[in-house]
Amino acid sequence: MKTVSPFLELADDAPRVRVWFDGQPLDLPAGANLAAALLAAGVQVFRHTPVSGAARAPFCMMGACFECLVETGGRVQQACMLEVEDGMRIARPYDAEANDAAL
Amino acid sequence: MQRCDLAIIGAGPAGMAAAAEAAQKGLSVTLLDEQNRPGGQIYREVDRAAGPRGAILGQEYLHGMTLTENLCQPGINHLSGAVVWAIEDGFRISFTQKGRAGQVDAERIILATGALERTMPVPGWTLPGVMTAGAAQILLKQSGVLPRRAVLAGCGPLLYLIAAQMVRAGTPPLALVETQTAASPLAAARHLPGALRGWRYLAKGLKMLAEIKRAGVPRYTGATGIAVAGSTHAEAVTFRIKGQEHRIACDTVLLHHGVVPNTQAARSINVPHVWSEAQQCFVPETGAWGETGKDGVLIAGDGAGISGAMAAEFAGRIAALKAAEELGRITAPERDRLAAPLFSQHSRETAVRPFLDAAYPPYADALQPADSTIVCRCEEVTAGDIRSYARLGCLGPNQAKAFGRAGMGPCQGRYCGLTVTALLAEANGQTPEETGYYRIRPPIKPVTLGELAAMEDPSANAAE
Repeated sequence: MKTVSPFLELADDAPRVRVWFDGQPLDLPAGANLAAALLAAGVQVFRHTPVSGAARAPFCMMGACFECLVETGGRVQQACMLEVEDGMRIARPYDAEANDAAL
Repeated sequence: MQRCDLAIIGAGPAGMAAAAEAAQKGLSVTLLDEQNRPGGQIYREVDRAAGPRGAILGQEYLHGMTLTENLCQPGINHLSGAVVWAIEDGFRISFTQKGRAGQVDAERIILATGALERTMPVPGWTLPGVMTAGAAQILLKQSGVLPRRAVLAGCGPLLYLIAAQMVRAGTPPLALVETQTAASPLAAARHLPGALRGWRYLAKGLKMLAEIKRAGVPRYTGATGIAVAGSTHAEAVTFRIKGQEHRIACDTVLLHHGVVPNTQAARSINVPHVWSEAQQCFVPETGAWGETGKDGVLIAGDGAGISGAMAAEFAGRIAALKAAEELGRITAPERDRLAAPLFSQHSRETAVRPFLDAAYPPYADALQPADSTIVCRCEEVTAGDIRSYARLGCLGPNQAKAFGRAGMGPCQGRYCGLTVTALLAEANGQTPEETGYYRIRPPIKPVTLGELAAMEDPSANAAE
């Protein structure tokens, strides 16, 4: 079941492209701000902190707080400073290491 | 290696106005900005958002187009999507653009790095679903994305602006939880004569309040003990008014209690800063033209102390005239003649500021948070941790890093710096000035080895 996003997207006629977040396919507006598009698509947790594993999500939307870090293109980057591109594969950073540690 | 007369960092109102003014006076300008399109945060994406969302965002926002349109002129090299990570003497600016590091040399620098929201650490503020009010505005401006069920908490004109914009967009906030007390406007009243010179701002504020009221948005004032409840996501805001507990269920909490200068770049090159009691933050020491204690470095706009977007525009032009005079493009008398009307307009735009600072003081509980509240979000250091460092003899923020990594995470202290200073100052019975601030060192934004490796070879260029 798809949960309703806490965020509303005003009419947007930009063509949608397929991206994957944490293995789930999402169709997001091409060229949109990645953090905004993920929020509008209902993504609530962007990452877990390396310190305590607490869930975090975008906070400042202006490239200053680094809360929206995601892993894409082999790098951990700020989602609010990226644009949606066709075929993007996005993962929560540090999760892989956290799972390794749990093994 | 690129060279220019003047490098401007930040393409908000101050940076854009400075670039246009400097180019008109014959300077070669490199304008570096992190975003892909000009506007800064206040006019974010104005060229693209004006059409679909102009009516929601309002006339003041659309004014930004008068600045972006002046950027397309010979003499201005606008490097968009360029993240500056180091400034060295001389000056040499290092940045990353499209996955590749680059450098530009400049005779003069104008820092137009704007503001950050004043951090509002309250219990639960690290939960997903809690954002700054400014973040919500950016979502609306750039992406047309709005929170469906939001509570706005804190104080200040920006809180009313985003509330009014949400009303116009058809998704009014569930409530405004305001921290200023009935006494705050009284304390501010002595600044009213000055503020009346900026009557347009007061009129605009009253108009926004009327819009919010008409939409039936409840307003709670004098709130204390604000906290965000929720286990994995924000579920409600709780607070007290006159001893009575309140709880408002919501999905999004937008926090705001003013903005403070973004001093990261200025501090990284050792521009001297002083504590501003009126604005409860550090500000760089600047003269009338924006000149700093560091030769060749000027600061314009909110980065020099909070004055607002219109004042920033005039400050940017004033700083550009100073740079043009220093580089011999105009004479000192010409500079003074051209700047005179700008100074008087700047002074008119800032007239309302002392009134606003007094009417909407920062939320006291967030300046000295409770022990269990996280203050450094990156490293998850609490206010109690910082107080315990003080008991162990920690005198300043730089020592606090060694005690528990406060300020050493990816945001590099941007969102905990002022709180850590305030906590240590209070605990040690010192002033914020005596306590000091984090030492900011480059790289001031992350840069990868791959980006460095992709940099053009400067020696190859020099041989050309």
